[in-house]
Amino acid sequence: MDEIDRKIVLATQGGLPLVAEPYKAVAEDVGISPAEVTERMERMLEDGSIRRIGLVPNHYALGYAFNGMTVWNVEDSHVGDLGPKVGALDCVTHCYLRPRHLPEWPYNFFAMVHGKDRETAEEGISQITQVLGDHNKGHLVLFSSRILKKTGMRLGSSG
Amino acid sequence: MSRAAMREDKSHLLDDKDRALINAYQGGFPLSERPYADVGEKLGLSEEEVIARIGKMLDEKILTRFGPLYNAERLGGGLTLAAMKIPEAEFDSVVDQVNEFPEVAHNYAREHELNMWFVLATETPEGIEETCKRIEEKTGYPVYNMPKEKEFFVELKFEA
Repeated sequence: MDEIDRKIVLATQGGLPLVAEPYKAVAEDVGISPAEVTERMERMLEDGSIRRIGLVPNHYALGYAFNGMTVWNVEDSHVGDLGPKVGALDCVTHCYLRPRHLPEWPYNFFAMVHGKDRETAEEGISQITQVLGDHNKGHLVLFSSRILKKTGMRLGSSG
Repeated sequence: MSRAAMREDKSHLLDDKDRALINAYQGGFPLSERPYADVGEKLGLSEEEVIARIGKMLDEKILTRFGPLYNAERLGGGLTLAAMKIPEAEFDSVVDQVNEFPEVAHNYAREHELNMWFVLATETPEGIEETCKRIEEKTGYPVYNMPKEKEFFVELKFEA
């Protein structure tokens, strides 16, 4: 990321301007042409610096009342094969391998499960249980009781 | 906005056009000269109406954000999930202390001994360790750092 990319990030991380020509507005902010803004953003999309451009719903507002972080103790030798299979389930939006904190935290595989009702969320959890089979040595479901903060990534304006 | 308000089901406020916008554009918003006009053309809305609807959904907190979602790690920064075990009596004051850190991008209360779970995004990879340490100093409680070692799947599946 060069200095101009960085300026684009700073100009857009709070959101895209709600004006007819948003990239022109960003361009004016950054001091480059609108075409350069969209070309650079296109490149950042391709290289994964931008995950996506669009609307980010508050899933509670859409009626997804049951949002569970499921955590699983999956055998290290199998988690690489099983991870993508769990990720492919409809109810799972994110899944990751993370370090255990033994002895109190033996869970190394995290899958976020979302449902508009408890049954759907529980059905999702039972699907994960089936996919993991004997390689699952224990799991927990941590439903979120409150959102305490949700601002997304922010680069500072200095440095 | 109250913390409870963020959990409210507001789907009754959405009409078919709002739903179409949400379902079609959780990604893939065009990088064109008049993107709102292009989106409107696909969904049968005017440019002004697309802008107004997105603005209204942001105001109503049906959307938490609109625009590019950056990947902190690809930009050379650090990202992690961290958890803390906070006694109930002190929970709210520790939430305020933790949320004051601009590096805390999301923070959720969860029903477990580890009852506070937050995402840290920092400008440098080293910033993660430093921020964890500063949070520990500020709050007096240990931070369990759980950086992702591998990402299997991230997909958008929310349906309005």
